[in-house]
Amino acid sequence: MKSSVIIFPGSNCDRDMDVALKKFGFENQMVWHNDAEIPKSDLIVLPGGFSYGDYLRCGSIAGKSRIIKSVIDFANSGGLVLGICNGFQILTETGLLPGILQQNKYLNFICKNVFVKIKNKENKYFKKIKKEVLELHIAHNEGNYFCSEDELKSIEDNDQIAVTYCDHKGNDDEKNNPNGALKNIAGIFNKDKNILGMMPHPERMIDPFLSGEDGSLFFENLIESL
Amino acid sequence: MKVKVIVTLKNGVLDPQGKAIQQTLNGMTFDNVSEVRQGKYFDIEINESDENKAKSQVEEMCKKLLANLVIEDYKIL
Repeated sequence: MKSSVIIFPGSNCDRDMDVALKKFGFENQMVWHNDAEIPKSDLIVLPGGFSYGDYLRCGSIAGKSRIIKSVIDFANSGGLVLGICNGFQILTETGLLPGILQQNKYLNFICKNVFVKIKNKENKYFKKIKKEVLELHIAHNEGNYFCSEDELKSIEDNDQIAVTYCDHKGNDDEKNNPNGALKNIAGIFNKDKNILGMMPHPERMIDPFLSGEDGSLFFENLIESL
Repeated sequence: MKVKVIVTLKNGVLDPQGKAIQQTLNGMTFDNVSEVRQGKYFDIEINESDENKAKSQVEEMCKKLLANLVIEDYKIL
């Protein structure tokens, strides 16, 4: 299986993602944001970081970069596109995913392990993961998911909520909401479920030395599902 | 010509920075400040002498990049 990780100026989780994808069997290639075309891929990943220094709005400048047109074409033809953290912000700015990631409710940069509840397994990203709750890492200043009421209704009606912040038992209530995100949303799909954006970093949890291995479950499932 | 744009958060959208500024102002003896909403201002120099054409181009810029219409409104001055 071939994957492509796009590097923007200011991406900083691109190599972690490369290591994770290769560890679980992907033949990964790194693609520069200013390239015109993406090489043949089964999966495109927009990694975390601070593309373009988060200027204007997080992900807004990257969302207009040269490579994005081919990412949009690939996504619209049903290809799998995964955006982690800043990658999630870029996906909302391109319009591939609804809503926006605003500044965290209490204005603090959050860097810690959290639990997320898998809300939908009818998709390639979570299909064969046996657990219902994963422990993953978040590190962001703008992870406060927001969208209009109509948009939220449409997201819920189409089962587009992928993961929500929760405690270790899976209670995804306000008490376990680290950043003020609407409905504790940590990740969402597009309607067809081939595009996933999420704030937590599975690539940071793929080794016992990295405080957990639930990220491994994510990548193991991904390579098996493709 | 120069076109000026102001981008503000829509009504009802949480503005934690504005809130923090308001509370700070209140603590600085400006205790009659009841709300602050923070926005962005752009000065755009555009090589176009027709004002209407320039403004319609800037309008497109606002919709496509300068503002995110999910949470923001824009005003061309």
